[in-house]
Amino acid sequence: MPKLTIDGNEIEVEAGYSVLQACEAAGIEVPRFCYHERLSISGNCRMCLVEMERAPKLIASCSMPVGDGMVIHTKTDKVVEARASVMEFLLINHPLDCPICDQGGECDLQDQAVAYGLGTSRFTEHKRSVQDKGDYGPIVKTEMTRCIHCTRCIRFTHQVTGTAELGGIGRGDHMEVSTYVGKAINSELSGNLVDLCPVGALTSKPFAFSARSWELKPTESIDVFDAVGSNIRIDTRGGEVMRILPRLNEDVNGEWIGDKTRYAMDGLKRQRLDKPYVRRDGKLVPVSWDEAFNTIADKLKGMDGKKIGAIAGDQADCESMIVLKDLMASLGSTNVDCRQDGSKVDAGVRAGYTFNSTIAGIDEADAILLIGTNLRWEAPVVNARIRERYYRGGLKVAVIGEALDLSYPYEHLGTSPGDFKKITGGKDDFSKTLKAAKKPMVIVGAGALARADGADVLGGVRKIAESRGMVKEGWNGFNVLHTAASRVGGLDLGVVPGNNGKDVQGILEGAASGDIEAVYLLGADEIDTAKLDKTFVIYQGSHGDAGAACADVVLPGTAYTEKSGTYVNTEGRVQRGLRAAFPRGEAKEDWAIIRALSDALGKSLPYSSLGDVRNRMSEVNPIFNDYDGLQAAEWSDFGGTGEPSSEALVSPIENYYMTDPISRVSQTMAECTEAFINPEQQKTGTNG
Amino acid sequence: MGFLATHAKAFFLTELVKGMSVSFKYMFKPTITLNYPYEKGPLSPRFRGEHCLRRYPNGEERCIACKLCEAACPAQAITIEVEPRDDGSRRTTRYDIDMTKCIFCGFCQEACPVDAVVEGPNFEYTTETREELFYDKDKLLSNGERWEVELAARIALDAPYR
Repeated sequence: MPKLTIDGNEIEVEAGYSVLQACEAAGIEVPRFCYHERLSISGNCRMCLVEMERAPKLIASCSMPVGDGMVIHTKTDKVVEARASVMEFLLINHPLDCPICDQGGECDLQDQAVAYGLGTSRFTEHKRSVQDKGDYGPIVKTEMTRCIHCTRCIRFTHQVTGTAELGGIGRGDHMEVSTYVGKAINSELSGNLVDLCPVGALTSKPFAFSARSWELKPTESIDVFDAVGSNIRIDTRGGEVMRILPRLNEDVNGEWIGDKTRYAMDGLKRQRLDKPYVRRDGKLVPVSWDEAFNTIADKLKGMDGKKIGAIAGDQADCESMIVLKDLMASLGSTNVDCRQDGSKVDAGVRAGYTFNSTIAGIDEADAILLIGTNLRWEAPVVNARIRERYYRGGLKVAVIGEALDLSYPYEHLGTSPGDFKKITGGKDDFSKTLKAAKKPMVIVGAGALARADGADVLGGVRKIAESRGMVKEGWNGFNVLHTAASRVGGLDLGVVPGNNGKDVQGILEGAASGDIEAVYLLGADEIDTAKLDKTFVIYQGSHGDAGAACADVVLPGTAYTEKSGTYVNTEGRVQRGLRAAFPRGEAKEDWAIIRALSDALGKSLPYSSLGDVRNRMSEVNPIFNDYDGLQAAEWSDFGGTGEPSSEALVSPIENYYMTDPISRVSQTMAECTEAFINPEQQKTGTNG
Repeated sequence: MGFLATHAKAFFLTELVKGMSVSFKYMFKPTITLNYPYEKGPLSPRFRGEHCLRRYPNGEERCIACKLCEAACPAQAITIEVEPRDDGSRRTTRYDIDMTKCIFCGFCQEACPVDAVVEGPNFEYTTETREELFYDKDKLLSNGERWEVELAARIALDAPYR
């Protein structure tokens, strides 16, 4: 490990560090624009100049690797002067329109101009102005006159998303960043360009002019639009959610989040349930909480528990799911299920339903087999992680399922579970690659398990994992990638049919045939609600979607931003989100609604606070004691032993931008759908 | 003072004459009191009175909704909401000043990069109700239109010292 002296302090850093990283390790701030931890080094902004002894001139610290015995000075007059000069050059063509720029207040250029700049300008000539070129889509707003050509955005689209839409045109003073001819930004991660841009050249279109950074109150939370559990920061102003930003968590999402995570939040303002409703003469009429509870109590009291079913939706938090399960148990019902897509995952073996390799494990993997998953849409952040791993070299990827553009090359082995034989047979090239790999992975998508023969598919994937040596000491290469944020939490809490209980399919069929007389939907909208016509339906949720439309009693619950909730991501990582805003109207926190209902039903549950519910969760499954931690799950037998059908494997997501009640009513997501999913769609006379 | 002197003063009404002579002297001096509201005292160009929102000569409102005045206001009297206007430019949809909160420190005027919000020379805006002192954007803009000539003159006068 090389030793170097920075500003008189000796420090030892890992070989391969750049001088800038070494300075950071020594706690010394070095200004920079083009350097970014997750992108390649370009060294073109020249802001990070430092003085190195025995060097003829100042060095760019971001691109200079450390060497033993280096002596670095970062505070000498020469460095201070150089920084001020570089800043002066950068500001020559920068418009200084900070008052109307959305980046104002959180702008690197603004901050560093104050800290390292001269404070005055000697430039009296004309500033250049740049026309906005290219199609940046409905998410990124451009003002290219402000661009300082750090090329972070260009490197991002080339290296992280792999879509490579951006490039630089012209040289020197004439350089402009633009999309390539005929290309438009089309990526599920394009919102990250806004975060990356150190100036106001790329800003957020949906957030345009709506608030200043200093007005916003940040709250740490967890994303629920997919099962990755991305760490997010919810910025609110006066109780209104203004924007969502990623929070750094190297183990989960790194520094990126998908566009749905970031921009679907405008759906939180539309179609909200803010009052309890009861259906009278075929119409939902607003009532008081007491009336709603009494209506439910009149119906459920004396009903045989076996005739009641409950389905938890994809965005339910663990707290409300465990309270719902306990309520059902007290009513004598075992018909509870959290797998509303009908997934056949095995709740008995934890290793059989989690992402065992961990998302960070992708960085070490050397061969990955994707089965029946459209990673780009099901978990864009995970896909970007694989892309980053691929970009470093030495990774081979193969796919069984749809042949989609995943932003990295892969070998397409087949489309159906029948092609599993190619791998287990051991003759195929990729089969040999997997066998030879040190850390091979298989990722099976939720869609592959939500089929009628899902259990057999799961069993088939287990065979692949075992026969290719993916499960070994210190490494488990078997991974299930869920799409629902509540899924792993629900399975961990045992929100699955108990003895002789009915699963989602059973509940729906029972409802159609009359075996089930009452169904409790906890934010469950992705089910065939036509089958619930004859049944008494209680819907508890935040949005008026399919579930509320068929309900007899609607209880207004909270969306993920309005409650403190625990979520378990697809890896099995227990994470907790904090409340950022208040529930709408008369809505209440979800667990509290079920707890209050239990009183009305005369089956009071013993929880008086969120703490009590969380203690109960820890009682049911001790993993809930360990927040943010991960425990390796034990490998054992799971899945079916039958031969899965040769039906093609397809991803359950038809439109990335609209998968749940929140994103379906979001205007930004509708614009994205129009721009990216159905660009050719014919517009009717009522459009615009 | 002796008994005699006191009584002599009282007898000759000396005090009264002294007092009358002061009054008489002031009859020949210029008057100091102003016949308010028909007469008014001089105001410095930096006098901080009622707020106005100004417009450019072509009628375009100056305010670009940067929210710096809102951030600078120590009394939190200013409330601004912004949306992109139809032509894509950044404008306020709401610009409220609560005059009952305002402490007339002039920070808003200092913060404004485009001289849009200014504290004008007007100090006569008493109202009969409290609500009338919650100024909205229309009121502030109409203030600006009414006072524009004087506002421009004041800014020009103060410019050499800025």
